[in-house]
Amino acid sequence: MTAAPLLEVRDLRVTFPTGRGTVRAVDSIGFTVEAGRTLGIVGESGSGKSVTSLAVMGLHRGPVEVTGSVALAGRELTGLPERELSKVRGRRMAMIFQDPLSSLHPYYTIGEQIAEHFRVHFRAGRAAARRRAVDMLGEVGIPEPARRAGEYPHQFSGGMRQRAMIAMALACEPDLLIADEPTTALDVTVQAQILELIARLQQERGLGVVMITHDLGVVARVAHEVLVMYGGRAAEQATADELFADPAHPYTRGLLDSLPRLDTPDDVPLPFIPGSPPSLLAPAPGCAFAPRCPVAAAGPAEQRARCSDERPALGPYGAPGRLAACHFAGSAGTSPGGLVPAFPSTAPGVSR
Amino acid sequence: MTVGAEPSANAAAAAAAGPDTAVPLLSVQDLTMTFPGRRSVTGRRGAPVRAVDGVSFDLAAGQTLGLVGESGCGKSTTGRMLVRLLEPTSGRVAFEGKDISRLSQGAMRPLRKGIQMVFQDPHSSLNPRQTVARIISDPLLVQGWSAGDARRRAAELMELVGLIPEHIDRYPHEFSGGQAQRIGIARSLSTSPRLIVADEPVSALDVSVQAQIVNLMERLRAELGLAYVFIAHDLSVVKRVSDRVAVMYLGRIVEIGDKKSLYENPQHPYTRALLSAVPLPDPAAERRRERIVLLGDPPSPAAPPPGCTFHPRCPKAQPLCRTERPLLRPAAAREVACHFPGD
Repeated sequence: MTAAPLLEVRDLRVTFPTGRGTVRAVDSIGFTVEAGRTLGIVGESGSGKSVTSLAVMGLHRGPVEVTGSVALAGRELTGLPERELSKVRGRRMAMIFQDPLSSLHPYYTIGEQIAEHFRVHFRAGRAAARRRAVDMLGEVGIPEPARRAGEYPHQFSGGMRQRAMIAMALACEPDLLIADEPTTALDVTVQAQILELIARLQQERGLGVVMITHDLGVVARVAHEVLVMYGGRAAEQATADELFADPAHPYTRGLLDSLPRLDTPDDVPLPFIPGSPPSLLAPAPGCAFAPRCPVAAAGPAEQRARCSDERPALGPYGAPGRLAACHFAGSAGTSPGGLVPAFPSTAPGVSR
Repeated sequence: MTVGAEPSANAAAAAAAGPDTAVPLLSVQDLTMTFPGRRSVTGRRGAPVRAVDGVSFDLAAGQTLGLVGESGCGKSTTGRMLVRLLEPTSGRVAFEGKDISRLSQGAMRPLRKGIQMVFQDPHSSLNPRQTVARIISDPLLVQGWSAGDARRRAAELMELVGLIPEHIDRYPHEFSGGQAQRIGIARSLSTSPRLIVADEPVSALDVSVQAQIVNLMERLRAELGLAYVFIAHDLSVVKRVSDRVAVMYLGRIVEIGDKKSLYENPQHPYTRALLSAVPLPDPAAERRRERIVLLGDPPSPAAPPPGCTFHPRCPKAQPLCRTERPLLRPAAAREVACHFPGD
């Protein structure tokens, strides 16, 4: 028997009741993360990527319904009482966010906040916890850690705060780190530092990492496996190499095609995805991407009807383990011969 | 030069003005902005902050200058001085040969129609209590247009930027982020400007919507003969839209030149580090890529390091760099402010 994966999520669903109906923010998401590996979850605003990460951490509060299974090293976390869950959270899995300032308490020093975290989980004494905090700050590359531990969050720069958050997250040596847009608020040179730091710590500690981002460049740099989300559902799941070499879902291809990039010529017009991301309040019966999809639009009438009426299931595509949710997956592959309907590039794109 | 409302007349004017004419559309000389230090709780003032420190460049009609740099480098402050939302501490901004940096608000008004601005967050830069008709036609009413003419022009502009003219009486909240940015662009076009200063116009938008707005701005430039100062932190977007690019660090331009040569063969160590830090959407390329990871954060403009302000983070800093500030000098078909440019 093989050991259970570090993190296994199955059929995760998150719904929020609102005055205007039920929002299916996350609809039947599943993935695994192994120790030492990084899963990139990529999507735009409203795709459900952050809601997914909060559900894994059991951090949703209020009138929200979470169903499905979240298992950490074989132990089921959904349905655990809060007391039990809070022992796992922070200790075995930790999370860092986009804006470290909102996750740090302005009245306590950076060192106190890291030490507090360590004391709670390890019942360590004050002095030991303080030493641990200074060690961790040094490990995440903060110069003069003993002095900086006595400073307050506002005295740290954006990059230093994110380092401090990583120090706090890793103080209890968790097995899993969930990073929700950890570098989005940072400058590109500081982003490079933080991504390097996470990669180094992952190697040293065999951490499993879930990296949530809208930036395909960040995904390409750090992820081994990738989950692309659209409208609360999985559009496709693949290894990073497979995904970027041969995107199965038209949405993924659209994202890649429409990205201005440093390493390609820019004398041809940029293809773009027409329209805007979907509303989760009134999801269409069919594929959420159909209204923006060139494959759906270019096909014969019965194809168009299928895309707009029948929701595509997440099914195998290509290499073993690869999944895509598209009736015409692979029609998405880039084809210089122009056999595949392309995204528009020249029309102004009247947005309706 | 008078500016016609007709797009074709505008384009012709831009072609006639061309990059070789004696007077550039925009000429910026030694622009500096010093903000007074912030008062602390005890009432003491901190050191003054020199947000922009001696920025100079020219921009020809119909061209795009990309202004890139990280937060706090002064690129947005520079943009605000170009449209006179801020009065520069010193230096000169000449638009079509006329110095506008010291004009009174009243004297500035007739010139404003030639220079407009597009902002980062489309929703917060549109008045939520005004209809699209009002938002787009407001600059025209200020210029003395009749209400009827301004409304007709607003409808034309909506069509031009890819919005449905029938939505003219809707409010900003009824539009998505991408559509709201189209409204912001339509507003900036209402007075038929020759120059648009766009401050991070696509960075608040979803990836799938960014390309729509980038394409729209490119098309408008070609059709209307516009010039852009395109301010952004995203080097990939700037590469896409610019003819020339200026890289700013701590209030100064450290490298400025033709887009192609700057991106293919960056000369300033900061430009090199910046370009190498941008993640490419290609895992294979990412693995074989050599990356220059800079140490530390950009320093505070309130206490800039002596000499070259980049020296504390520069991988090739020499003793000279710690004492002497490098000036912008010609190097490899562009200008670079570095004592040791190139490899």
